[in-house]
Amino acid sequence: MPIITYRQALNDTLGEELARDPNVLLMGEEIGVFQGSYRITEGLLQEFGPKRVVDTPIAEEGFVGVAIGAAMLGLRPVVEIMTINFILVAIDQVVNHASKIHYMFGGQVRVPLVIRTPSGGTGQLAATHSQSFENWFAYCPGLKVVAPATPYDARGLLRAAVRDDDPVIFIESLALYDTRGDVPDDDDYVVPIGVAEVKRRGEDVTVVAYSRMTAIALQVAQRLENEGISVEVVDLRSLRPLDRPTIIESVKKTGRAVVIAEDWYSYGVTAEIAATIQEQAFDYLDAPVLRVAGLEVPLPYAKELSAVSKPNANSLIYAIHQVLAGSSRGAPWAK
Amino acid sequence: MVKVKEAAPSGLEHENVEDLKHYYYQMLLIRRFEERTSEMYVKAKIGGYCHLNLGEEATIVGLMAALKPEDYIYTNYREHGYIIARGVPPGPVMAELFGKETGVARGRGGSMHLFSREHNFMGGYAIVGGQVPLAVGAAYALRYQGKPGVVVAQMGDGTTNIGAFYESLNLAKLWRCPVLFFIINNGYGMGTSVEMGSSEPDLWKKGASFRVHGERIDGTDVLAVRDAVRRLRERAESEGEPAILDVVSFRFRGHSVIDADRYRDPEKVRAGREHHDPVRNFATLLLDHEIVDEAWLNVTAERVEREVQQAIDFANASPDPRFEDLYENMYATPVPNTPGREDALRAVRINRGEW
Ligand SMILES: Cc1ncc(C[n+]2csc(CCOP(=O)(O)OP(=O)(O)O)c2C)c(N)n1
Ligand SMILES: [Mg+2]
Repeated sequence: MPIITYRQALNDTLGEELARDPNVLLMGEEIGVFQGSYRITEGLLQEFGPKRVVDTPIAEEGFVGVAIGAAMLGLRPVVEIMTINFILVAIDQVVNHASKIHYMFGGQVRVPLVIRTPSGGTGQLAATHSQSFENWFAYCPGLKVVAPATPYDARGLLRAAVRDDDPVIFIESLALYDTRGDVPDDDDYVVPIGVAEVKRRGEDVTVVAYSRMTAIALQVAQRLENEGISVEVVDLRSLRPLDRPTIIESVKKTGRAVVIAEDWYSYGVTAEIAATIQEQAFDYLDAPVLRVAGLEVPLPYAKELSAVSKPNANSLIYAIHQVLAGSSRGAPWAK
Repeated sequence: MVKVKEAAPSGLEHENVEDLKHYYYQMLLIRRFEERTSEMYVKAKIGGYCHLNLGEEATIVGLMAALKPEDYIYTNYREHGYIIARGVPPGPVMAELFGKETGVARGRGGSMHLFSREHNFMGGYAIVGGQVPLAVGAAYALRYQGKPGVVVAQMGDGTTNIGAFYESLNLAKLWRCPVLFFIINNGYGMGTSVEMGSSEPDLWKKGASFRVHGERIDGTDVLAVRDAVRRLRERAESEGEPAILDVVSFRFRGHSVIDADRYRDPEKVRAGREHHDPVRNFATLLLDHEIVDEAWLNVTAERVEREVQQAIDFANASPDPRFEDLYENMYATPVPNTPGREDALRAVRINRGEW
C-alpha cells in the first residue's frame, strides 16, 4: 500500500469526489487561486475549474449559509473553513439552520453538506487561532462530527462524509497534515461515520482519544510497552454519533481508562467520555477515570507558555501512571 | 494598484519642516522594523503568524499624524507599525513579537494581538472583522459620555466583505458614532484580489446603503492621508458623522512572512515596489524641495538602524513569562475556585515531564 500524507489523502479524495459526482463542489477562502491556506485543495482549481472549486470572499456566515441552501436543492458542497476559529462567525447557520432543517421540516429536505476545518493549536498561533470547538458541534443533534487521526481514516471518512446526506463537520489538524500512513489507492473503501476503532490492543489501561491526540496516544503506547505497560488505544474517529459500545467494551477489558483531548478540561469532550464510562462500566473500573486536556487559559503566545498549556505525551504518561496506581487525586489540569 | 486621481502638485510651503522630517523618520522606522522582524522570524525568534506593514508606511504615519491623543485605535493583525507610530517604543513591540514578559501584551498576545492602553491603542485583532464593531462601540461610549475624540476602525480591503462590517456601518450611522472606517486597500486579502472578493471594488462606496460618506485616498502619500483623516476626523467628532476612508496602497510582500506570494505576477510586484514605495517617494519629495539633504537622510537612516537594533537587543535580553503566572489576569475580579500559581506549576511540571 502506498504511504502518503494526511494532506495528500484529503487532496486525492476531494479530487476523486469532484470527479465522481458533478453535484459535489468545493467552497472556501483561498482554496483556489491561493491553492489552499494549508494546501489541501492544491491543484483542484486547475483540474476542475472555478464552477467546482469556488473561491469565496471572507464572509463565513454568508457562504456557509449559501452552501446550506445549495445543499437543500441537491448540490453537495464541501466547505473549507480556514481554521475552526473562524467558524464562530457562521455558527448560527450551522447550529440553527443546517442541523435543524431535515428534522424540523419533517424529513422533507436533506442537507448533504461537509464542513472541513482544522482544529487545535500548534506553532504559537496564540489565543484566537488555537482553539478546539468540535465539542460545540458534537453537542448539537442533527450534525455529524468526525475527526480522523490517520491518512487512512481521513480518506475513508471524507468519502463517507461527502456521500452522506446530512451536515458533517469534518475535523482536521494542522499538526496531522504532514503525518504519513498507508492508504490503499485502488480500493474505494469508506470508513463508517459513528464507529470508533481500537487502534492498538492492550491489557492494562484504555486510552480514549481522537484526531491529533490519537497520534500522541499511539506514540505513548509504544513507549510504555518498553516499561511493561500494555496500553489499548481507542480512536473515537466520530464524536457524533459517539460509539459508546467500543469504549465500554475496551474499558471492561482493561478496567482502567484515561481520556485525552486537546480542548479545555471543563465541559470538554473528555467529560462526556468519562461520564459514559462511569455510567456503563462502573463495576469494571479498578481506578477512577482520569482526563487529560488543555489548561484553561486563552492560549498564550509565548513559546514555552504556549507549549505547556496543551496536553502532550508527558501529560498522558503521567495520567496513565496515576490510573495504574489507582490514584483518586484527580486531574491537575484545572482547579 | 488602483489608480488614484493625481492631487494638485503639493506645495509644501505651508508645512512645518520638523513635522515633515518626523513623518519620514517614522516611516523609515516602520520600514526597518518590519524588515528586521522578517529576519527575526526566519531566525525563529518570532513564531505564529506575522504580517508586515511594508509598503503601507504612509497610510499609518498619515493617520497617526492626524489623530489626537484622546482618539482611540482598533486595528487588524497587521499592526506593528500602528502601535509604533502611535508612540510605543519599538523595544516592547519587538519584545512582544519575541513572546517576552516585557512585551506590550506581556508575551501573551504576540504579533497579531498588540495593545497599549496608555496610548489608546486598543488592540490588534486576528479574527477578520472582529475589531470593527468594537471600534463602533468605543465611539458609542465617547458619545455617551460626552467625551471628545474619535475612534479609528482600521481594517483591510478583504474585511469589507464580512457581515460585521455592514452591521457596524449601519449602527455607526444610526447612532451617530464618531468612528472612521480606515480601510487599507492593498489590493489583496491573502490571495484574493479586491475584484475577486468584492462585487463593488470601489470600497469607498460601500457605505452608500447606510448613508455613510466615503472617500478614496492615495495611501502612498503621507500628506494626503493626513489631510483626509484630519478633515473627516473633525466632522466625526463635531457632528457624530462616521466616514469610510479607502486608502489605496501596495503590499510589498506576501500576506504574511510565510506566504510565498505565488498568486501575484512577480513583474507587477517588482513594479509596485518601485513606483509605490512611500518611503523612497517621500525622501525624493523632501530632497526636491530642499527640506532635507543626503546627509540628513543618512543620519536618519543610522538613527533608525540603531533604534531597531536596540529594540532587538532589548527583546533578546528580556525574560520569558514565568510559568507560575499562567493563570494571572484570568479574571479582573477574583472569585473562588479558580486556579492560581500552585495549580499552574503543578500542571506545567507534568506537561514538561518533570514529575
Ligand atoms: C473570520 C476570519 N476568517 C478568515 C481569517 C483568515 N484570514 C486572516 S487575514 C485574511 C485576509 C484579510 O485581508 P484584508 O482584510 O485585505 O487585510 P490584509 O491582510 O490585506 O491587511 C484572512 C482571510 C480570519 N483571520 N478570520
Ligand atoms: Mg488587503
